Amino acid sequence: MFSDGNWAAILLTVKLASIVTLLLLLVSTPIAWWLAHTRSRLKSFFEALVALPIVLPPSVLGFYLLLAMGPQGFVGQITQALGIGTLPFTFAGLVVASVFYSLPFVVQPIQLAFENIGENYLEAAATLRASPLDRFFSVAMPLALPGFLTGSILGFAHTVGEFGVVLMVGGNIPGVSRVVSVQIYDYVEALEYGQAHSLAITMLIFSFLILLLLYTFNPNRRKV
Amino acid sequence: MSLCADIHAQFKLSYDGFALDVDLQLPSQGVTALFGPSGSGKSTLLRCIAGLERAEGKLSVKGEIWQDEQIFIPTHQRPIGYVFQDANLFPHMSVKANLNYGFKRQPHRHDGFSLDKIIDLLGIGHLLDRKPDRLSGGEKQRVAIARALAVNPRLLLMDEPLAALDLARKREILPFLEKLHEELEMPVIYVTHAPNEVARLADHVVMLNQGRLQSFGTLNETFANVELPEQASDAGSVIIEARITEIQPEWHLARASFDGGDIWLRDLNFTPGQTVRFQVMARDVSLALTADHNSSIANVLQAEVDQISDGDHPGIALVRLKIGDNFILSRLTQRSLHTLGVTEGDPVWAQIKSTAIVE
Repeated sequence: MFSDGNWAAILLTVKLASIVTLLLLLVSTPIAWWLAHTRSRLKSFFEALVALPIVLPPSVLGFYLLLAMGPQGFVGQITQALGIGTLPFTFAGLVVASVFYSLPFVVQPIQLAFENIGENYLEAAATLRASPLDRFFSVAMPLALPGFLTGSILGFAHTVGEFGVVLMVGGNIPGVSRVVSVQIYDYVEALEYGQAHSLAITMLIFSFLILLLLYTFNPNRRKV
Repeated sequence: MSLCADIHAQFKLSYDGFALDVDLQLPSQGVTALFGPSGSGKSTLLRCIAGLERAEGKLSVKGEIWQDEQIFIPTHQRPIGYVFQDANLFPHMSVKANLNYGFKRQPHRHDGFSLDKIIDLLGIGHLLDRKPDRLSGGEKQRVAIARALAVNPRLLLMDEPLAALDLARKREILPFLEKLHEELEMPVIYVTHAPNEVARLADHVVMLNQGRLQSFGTLNETFANVELPEQASDAGSVIIEARITEIQPEWHLARASFDGGDIWLRDLNFTPGQTVRFQVMARDVSLALTADHNSSIANVLQAEVDQISDGDHPGIALVRLKIGDNFILSRLTQRSLHTLGVTEGDPVWAQIKSTAIVE
């Protein structure tokens, strides 16, 4: 059903989405916790900043990431100083760009879950000798589990579905940045509709199943 | 008790429309009720003692400083147990896991009472494997009390533990709280707005109003405070704690002894040695200059006139009588008082027409 090139694109996509999802969970959890509990006036500012990729054209986000990670950009300066070289058109660069691109889809459900827990259970845990870190892992995390699941699934699915940012930051290099969505684009450009179709229908079914899973097993999400 | 063994709390806190400003010395034994209408600051004060709310001020408990200008010991390092109004059991854990949560985190696990004893005391042995959402309101609150005891606290704080329950559930829990009071030598600070809970459970009463201290004293003193408007009314009463010393089965009567005298109560299956609390309404107490043995009134006690004040009607007087260590109130007409001709310090006989066991 799939050619070797298609398999490579699928594997690359899954690898990218898995790594990005793991990184996103690590990055998003403290951000979501802070946003859920802060009384700082900067809260709205950071909420807007995190949500930016939802409304920004991927080409705009990709463009600025490209500049930042390029040889003249500040991220590029740092990576060069560290001896890593520059990130654009590498898999690592793609990972970094994808983390930014999918950030709101992971932060927001987790933040919502933390906010729904409220202070009561955390206060109860404090009166039962649990330190703040202990309270986080023994009470907040398990109670926010649906939020973490929703965030992971959305982050994964959204990364699988990205196209514009990949093209801007990663280009179209087989095994490095030629993910499924880019591969489909290539096929269409080359008028190989049959090949394009097999990948496109796979993406369609995959995306639908992910959303079906989300809406079936996550009651919190359904209310939103 | 020496002074350093007490709880000293001084807090100042204000946010829009509310200010708490108290300076209190509380006894570190027995049950102290923080009593007052909603908005009086009693729950806020309790949260300050727990460290859940951060107010300006000082707090020392049995000589240990929990808060002052430099120090603020966080809640999880204070040796307290806390019972919330709505139980706050962890929904993702079974009853057993809820109990174990604090039990395994306490610093001196072997000094306290065992989990088995606590489970037994609260009668929750059959609930251990259930999740909180499978418990009734009363069961939840019993588990919450057990969970607070499982950390082996040196001070138990209870924030209106019965307020969210209906009358039947309250009746279900109160005996457990009384048992707690009798069996554990742990100081308890108990927030409530229900006079009935104060009468049943409290040894000392702190009355708060609009964030300020209104009165502080023993249960009997508090009820005998004639300056409180409730006491000048027809519903004025005092509570006396006594011990059953004799039962007369043929008459279904029980003798209850307290500092200052004995009183005969209807026998409600008491056992000798049992502690009881009874309520004496001010309107049920009349005064005589001599002990009148020709009357049908069985309970006549020797007393001293402690204070005379006005009732809630110009024709009514309120007389506070001292009987041993206890006070009772007598509500009579100004004319009767004039006829008797007693003044403060005079000996009189108090005739008590009826009493009611507090339950």
